[in-house]
Amino acid sequence: MVGELEFERPIVELRRKIAEIKEFTETADVDLSSEIKKLEARLEKLEQDIYENIKPWDRVQIARLPNRPTTLDYISYLFDGFFECHGDRTFADDEAIVGGVAKFNGLPVTVIGHQRGKDTKENIRRNFGMPHPEGYRKALRLMKQADKFNRPIICFIDTKGAYPGKAAEERGQSEAIARNLFEMAGLRVPVICIVIGEGGSGGALALGVGNHIFMLENSTYSVISPEGAAAILWKDASLAKNAAETMKITAPDLKELGVIDDIIPEIKGGAHRDIKRQAEEIEKVLKESLQQLLNLTEDELIADRYNRFRDIGEYTILKDYIGVN
Amino acid sequence: MALKDLFTKNQPKKKKYATIHTENAKTDVPEGIMTKCPSCKKIMYTKELVKNAKVCLHCGFHFQMNASERIDSFLDEGSFGEINEAMTSRNPLNFPDYLEKLEKDRQKSMLNEAVVTGMGTVNGHKVVLAIMDASFRMGSMGSVVGEKITRAIEQADELSIPFIIFTASGGARMQEGALSLMQMAKTSVALKRFSNNGGLFISIMTHPTTGGVSASFASLGDFNFAEPGALIAFAGRRVIEQSIREELPEDFQTAEFLLKHGQLDAIISRTELVEKIANLLEIHQPGGELEW
Repeated sequence: MVGELEFERPIVELRRKIAEIKEFTETADVDLSSEIKKLEARLEKLEQDIYENIKPWDRVQIARLPNRPTTLDYISYLFDGFFECHGDRTFADDEAIVGGVAKFNGLPVTVIGHQRGKDTKENIRRNFGMPHPEGYRKALRLMKQADKFNRPIICFIDTKGAYPGKAAEERGQSEAIARNLFEMAGLRVPVICIVIGEGGSGGALALGVGNHIFMLENSTYSVISPEGAAAILWKDASLAKNAAETMKITAPDLKELGVIDDIIPEIKGGAHRDIKRQAEEIEKVLKESLQQLLNLTEDELIADRYNRFRDIGEYTILKDYIGVN
Repeated sequence: MALKDLFTKNQPKKKKYATIHTENAKTDVPEGIMTKCPSCKKIMYTKELVKNAKVCLHCGFHFQMNASERIDSFLDEGSFGEINEAMTSRNPLNFPDYLEKLEKDRQKSMLNEAVVTGMGTVNGHKVVLAIMDASFRMGSMGSVVGEKITRAIEQADELSIPFIIFTASGGARMQEGALSLMQMAKTSVALKRFSNNGGLFISIMTHPTTGGVSASFASLGDFNFAEPGALIAFAGRRVIEQSIREELPEDFQTAEFLLKHGQLDAIISRTELVEKIANLLEIHQPGGELEW
């Protein structure tokens, strides 16, 4: 099966066994229906046990599946008349980010998202979904356009991170990301962000300053990849599995930390099992979120976004500290 | 005492590129009577070096400065009043050894966190100031750094006075995970509000300014300046070399490189900093009128 992962192996094996027995009963003249029923019940329980106790590292694997639905996949299910717009008007069109205008259940919106490729050829064209500064500047251009025409903005987050390259540094990767954070704060329209795959650090956050932030159940959002964290902290990238747990990068962990607003449930085994049904789950959440945000005035939307981020962080005030001078 | 002990030993050799590690803080602070410049290798009196704002008397190399040295060299004497000095980090992810590491850095740096914030005057001009200090957790940004900087911006906004930051940071603080990442957004939304209200923000990037700090407030000044030779980068040099497999220019990710590529308003030598910033503050004083 495509997208079969290590932790799912017991399920896959049991399924295969059931299929074998079924095939056997068709050819041989024995009745094993009660055994099959028993095994199917066991399968159901096994699926429940495994999928309800997915470990952070397993989620990382699901989030990285090559056949996990991408921004353009969801766009085709969720929106009508999507019209893609290209280019940052200054340097180039970065295909690691896609964006354009569309209708969502009749409502004009602007949609923007990171875009990975599904095969090597497309990945090279899209730089594996890792944007250069011109990608972020294109996104910002489209956000300002949305602001002008009073269209809500929907951002899909799905990147390992902003591209670490020579050209990216020359053209101001830092400034491009920083500018997006700054300008998104001032948008007078609703901004809704959904992490659909990997949310890698500043490169993800540059599309992430929204009023509402959601994560698909098996997506991740982190300041550094588990491999990177393990390499720096324990000088051993093979400890990535531990880092994935320690760093709190999964949707349930981040909801608890107050970084995201809510989790969008995934269908059993992951979004790639049924894109259409997954899109329906997203649609429900988007509708509800838009209904709430469309009631707010421009000033209220900006204040809401301010407060949304203002409160994140944990600290203590010491009683007996004197200071440097 | 042997003669050779008069000189600070084990100065780092000039490296092909700058790496940031905590031990740097020790060797960069001149403790002996004499100090050897890591750039031109010439030896000078430490006292004279400090008097020259820790800029090498021979080649202009800028030694790293800690927060209190910065306050002394940049602000009018005795004008500084610290705010939110008692704010300290917690361990929101229950990250192993995090609290111990913080305590160790507190002892070593005599600081409570990687940023010092407060108010003071520059040639008589009132400013709110934030100074990051790389000797505490490499200046990395966690909840406290983000919160103190945000509060400083809000204070400047409330009082309608300029906000100046000296950045020095390895980026987001890993031990606080996504909470650190979100401090980039928090400080940026605060700067946007301050900017919309007409506030003046001057960012002065010092060595090193990288990662999440470079990709948030450090790059968002109405004026973005840097000190000569400062490393300013989004991604680490080694990461880039691995991803592109090509030789990078010698001056890659230095202040000079950024200026050449249009990312900075100017590089300002520390010896001219007060004068130039005071001039800029003067120009932004409200009520300037054409004299007939």
